[in-house]
Amino acid sequence: MSGTANAFFEGLSRFDVKRNGHLIGGLKGLRRSAFQWVAERGFPTARDEAWKYTRLGPILEVPFELAEPTVSRRLSAGTIAELAGDLGGARLVMVNGYFAKELSSLKTLPKGAQVMSLAAALAEEEEQLAPLLSRPFREQPHAFTALSAALAEDGALVRIPANTTIEEPIHLVFISDTGASPLVSHPRCLVLAGPGSRATIVESYLGIPGDVYLNNAVTDIVLEEGAVVEHYKLQNETETAFHIALLDVRQGRGSRFSSHSLALGASTARHEVRVRLEAEGAEVTLNGLYMPRGEQHLDNPTTIEHAAPHCTSREFYKGVIDGHGRGSFDGRIIVRPGAFKTDASQTNKNLLLSGSAQVDTRPRLEIFADDVKCTHGAAVGQLDAEAVFYLRSRGLPHGAARDLLSYAFVNEMLRLVRVEALRSRVEKMVAWRLGGVEVAA
Amino acid sequence: MLLEIKDLHARVEGREILRGLSLQINAGEVHAIMGPNGSGKSTLAQVLAGRETYDVTGEVLYQGKNLLALSPEARAVAGVFLAFQYPVEIPGVGNLYFLRTALNAVRKQRGLEELDAMDFLGLAKEKMKLVEMDPSFMSRSVNEGFSGGEKKRNEIFQMAVLEPKLAILDETDSGLDIDALRVVASGVNALRSKGRAMLVITHYQRLLEYIVPDRVHVMANGRIVSSGDKGLALELEKHGYAEFEQHNPAPGAAS
Repeated sequence: MSGTANAFFEGLSRFDVKRNGHLIGGLKGLRRSAFQWVAERGFPTARDEAWKYTRLGPILEVPFELAEPTVSRRLSAGTIAELAGDLGGARLVMVNGYFAKELSSLKTLPKGAQVMSLAAALAEEEEQLAPLLSRPFREQPHAFTALSAALAEDGALVRIPANTTIEEPIHLVFISDTGASPLVSHPRCLVLAGPGSRATIVESYLGIPGDVYLNNAVTDIVLEEGAVVEHYKLQNETETAFHIALLDVRQGRGSRFSSHSLALGASTARHEVRVRLEAEGAEVTLNGLYMPRGEQHLDNPTTIEHAAPHCTSREFYKGVIDGHGRGSFDGRIIVRPGAFKTDASQTNKNLLLSGSAQVDTRPRLEIFADDVKCTHGAAVGQLDAEAVFYLRSRGLPHGAARDLLSYAFVNEMLRLVRVEALRSRVEKMVAWRLGGVEVAA
Repeated sequence: MLLEIKDLHARVEGREILRGLSLQINAGEVHAIMGPNGSGKSTLAQVLAGRETYDVTGEVLYQGKNLLALSPEARAVAGVFLAFQYPVEIPGVGNLYFLRTALNAVRKQRGLEELDAMDFLGLAKEKMKLVEMDPSFMSRSVNEGFSGGEKKRNEIFQMAVLEPKLAILDETDSGLDIDALRVVASGVNALRSKGRAMLVITHYQRLLEYIVPDRVHVMANGRIVSSGDKGLALELEKHGYAEFEQHNPAPGAAS
């Protein structure tokens, strides 16, 4: 671990005293110990296996100020709809990590279901929520989960009661509007899916071009027996920003979870996913697309832990790397003793579009049980010269042929997005990045 | 004259494959090139279409202009079309979308108005009939999961849509059963016209029973070694290529 003698931590220390000096109740102790943890242990470096590929240097050089609740002058409900899209369901908007009621639109939900600001929920039931909120830090502490535990105050709480289905996607929009000084936000989300419940959750992260900020986001999703949750995360931060995120999932018996990560924005971003399959018959699908270009670094560490028998995991990540961009996929699968009949498969494919593009792909299988099926495959390649020639011979200019083939490579992932309004938005974003390929009808 | 090839040489990885090939084709004519495996037939097709893996010398005049100076896409715009021996599968790109993009790229560079999706659909449906292609192929990815015959039909369908002036058919008969061969050949015959020349490359005489050529050339060791009318194809069928190869050894080859 590196020390804490950096502009980032020194700045935060000033704010921590101000913020946590007056805390009371269940989270107070946690906040103090979490902050203390960072002060003592510092930040990960490239020598830490789990952080090997993440470029933290530029983040630690920035004297971020800690975000506070504000009323954005630049944003209105109209601009949010334009920037984040209308997916047809409830939309909870956070500005710099804090709930913005005037920008949100909360639809009528089934009885007992909650989609609300985490701060409001904490005001009512801090004692109950505290253990859930502290879990990522307690179980796998590192500087960023610790800072989240110490400093996160708001975000979203989604609670779906037993045997309840919410049809429309619940859209959690995290928009950063920092203005002149760099800000760090700690948005925190908690999704609690009761037994037999069903829901779709979409997290969108975006910012305003030119703003410098860090989003240190932690989302927990807990699926109880038989729950089905479809999760999407669109990371489209502005390209001067940083994004460090953890999605931590626990699955009960027979539950089904899928998550689609679409990483397009930020200068440096890390989206870590951890899934623990805790009881028999749980199924998880993790899909991911990352498209670094320019000087972007986009990292995708994942850990799937098979802790019970008869669970299934499917992982499929694709990277398209252009310019001096750098991407990584680190896929760890752990099969605990006794997790027999585990069925796990992992695929990572990468397309390098320039000579200076770089990707690291690393499957890590740690199998401690017998009678399991685990497969993995990784590929790194360039555009097929034969295919490029085929398209050019039909009259497509070289650049257009390259863009169309890149789009085709990506399209395989986009087709997996089942929320149509989201898919068409993402298709347009991706097409625009790939030189304006017209999206195939 | 539409196409004039003079002393064409092509090398790849230090190996010379075309060794001084010359050929002339007038508009409206169908020429067949026959030859054994390894004689350089497919290399000729690829070089004419602009494949950049070859080191090419010599002269190719197309409509009086230097074809070799043009990029593959510029050749397509100028009216050169290659029906591939092994059409490439492109998962994730719809067949119809691909073809509309290609046609519009060509039309745009020719200064013509681009076709919208509806107009194109009408055109595509009409052209598909030529090769008896099932409309379900339009929504599938380019050549993905197509059988050998379906891929070849798709090539001729593309040719029908793009309306080239010079169509090069590289072993369009390979991998086809007799019924598929008939369908593909009748598609090709329907596209024969005064302004369009075709260069039909094949290993077997069989195809030429369906697509009857004006001229037949025999290729061996990287050049044309004999030319004649369609009777030459029948002669080849009887005697095989051995005689041509023996009489025209590769330069430097021990014979």
